[in-house]
Amino acid sequence: MSSASEILQQLESLKNEKTKIEHKISHLEAQLKDINLQKQVSASSNGSSPYATNGLEPHMIHRYSRHLVLPSFGVQGQANLLKSSILVVGAGGLGAPALLYFAAAGVGKLGIVDHDKVELNNMHRQIIHTEAYIGQPKVKSAAAACRSVNSSIEIVEHEEALRTSNALEIFSKYDIIVDATDNAPTRYMISDCCVVLGKPLVSGAAVGLEGQLTIYNHNGGPCYRCLFPTPPPRTACQSCADGGVLGVVPGIIGCLQALEAIKIAASVGEPLSGRMLLFDALSARIRIVKIRGRSMQCEACGENSTFNQQYFREFDYEKFTQTPLCVPPLKLNLLPSESRISSKEYSEIIINKEPHVLVDVRPAHHFKIVSLPNSLNIPFSTLESRLPEISSILKKDEEEKGAASESSARLYVVCRRGNDSQRAVQYLHKMGFNSAKDIVGGLESWAQNVDPNFPTY
Amino acid sequence: MQLTLEFGGGLELLCDSKKIHNVNVEFEQQNGEDKLTMKGLLSWVRTNLIKERPEMFMKGDTVRPGVLVLVNDCDWELSGQLNTSLEEKDVVVFISTLHGG
Repeated sequence: MSSASEILQQLESLKNEKTKIEHKISHLEAQLKDINLQKQVSASSNGSSPYATNGLEPHMIHRYSRHLVLPSFGVQGQANLLKSSILVVGAGGLGAPALLYFAAAGVGKLGIVDHDKVELNNMHRQIIHTEAYIGQPKVKSAAAACRSVNSSIEIVEHEEALRTSNALEIFSKYDIIVDATDNAPTRYMISDCCVVLGKPLVSGAAVGLEGQLTIYNHNGGPCYRCLFPTPPPRTACQSCADGGVLGVVPGIIGCLQALEAIKIAASVGEPLSGRMLLFDALSARIRIVKIRGRSMQCEACGENSTFNQQYFREFDYEKFTQTPLCVPPLKLNLLPSESRISSKEYSEIIINKEPHVLVDVRPAHHFKIVSLPNSLNIPFSTLESRLPEISSILKKDEEEKGAASESSARLYVVCRRGNDSQRAVQYLHKMGFNSAKDIVGGLESWAQNVDPNFPTY
Repeated sequence: MQLTLEFGGGLELLCDSKKIHNVNVEFEQQNGEDKLTMKGLLSWVRTNLIKERPEMFMKGDTVRPGVLVLVNDCDWELSGQLNTSLEEKDVVVFISTLHGG
């Protein structure tokens, strides 16, 4: 029997070979596509097809047949779609199904913007990515998936973060923009860029068990700023990483975004402009509400607006929304260093069996996922009412260890990333628990610096 | 006055995680007018339903930025914002805009 290291070695070399073969395949496929394309061009210019097909090639008629036989879509709808170009910003939970449907439906040119890499904790909702792409750019993964669905459309990879410096150039190459991003500053940036360039924006959002959808800057409807002239406080913006999200919820909103964008591209139906769709998954309710029209006073699209390309390039969206574009987790620094210990130092306290009490201030449903041994869960929001509990445990510990130990039992506080633990220690100090210290960086630091087998979420 | 109030997009967390509240709002007559306006309702909600972090719901005498207010499925901008007058059985929705995806 081979040892684990031999197997790993074999796997590694096989994977290398696989990558080489995949490169070769995609190279050959590209060559073949070029040849076929040249053939098609010369065939159509020669007018060699004896049949009237309204510009659709035989392979298109077969592929899109169910669209073509749909009376309210038909040849005209499909032809419009094939001529259209759609840009999806964000290949995450919303972008994943939207991109797959765009590719499948035959959007002529499909652009994807994203700067992230595929992670294991994306897979439950970002269904366009597969395990094989973990660690690789989302744009590469999404583009490969779209190509495998439909090799006859043009797919453009924009593997970069959207900035005021590149947004105008990228957006100007597309007819319709789909906002499938996950943060406030990017949403304002995308909307403003669409206003400046006069592009319709299909905007979707989903967190937890709720979703929202509308079309901005289209048919006299409002832009994002008409609706939200002042950005919300940062604390009001929950991310999927912190608030959680049921995978299928962004999936549904992403599918609806695909539907609305396809309607605009094909010029069919009534777009969801001037209206907003609110989806509540838990109660199975969808409500469509009427929202205000374009505001004459809007800073971006109003009558006297001076918002132009130059102004856009220089606008500071991070400052405007008080939120960084790349949403790094918040890192507070509230405490003096003597009131903090590193996860490594705490691990030594465990090894040395020093008497102490560890309070985990995460919400109860987080504590259920995974926790450190012998930790006591007192969620931050309940800390005030459960102080007596901490007092009595500290006292009991001291009595048990007896007068033998020179110092009294210590109190340590931990949370997921080390922010709430600092808030808690600050409060505990105020209430007279002067020995309280927080573990810097929380459980994430424990996993990173002490035990890589500790599961993170 | 019987009203249905709904909170969404995370605002329900400020009122005991309950999304739908069927309430009976008692209000004082103002300037002899027998009308409840959104302005009056907001202060009633703040006093009677919001259990924590009121600054996540209101700023000054109106809702905080990023909250959409809908009266009978219609943006309150179209009905006069704070001056919108309410009637028996109206449905008022407060929804925080979402950014995630």
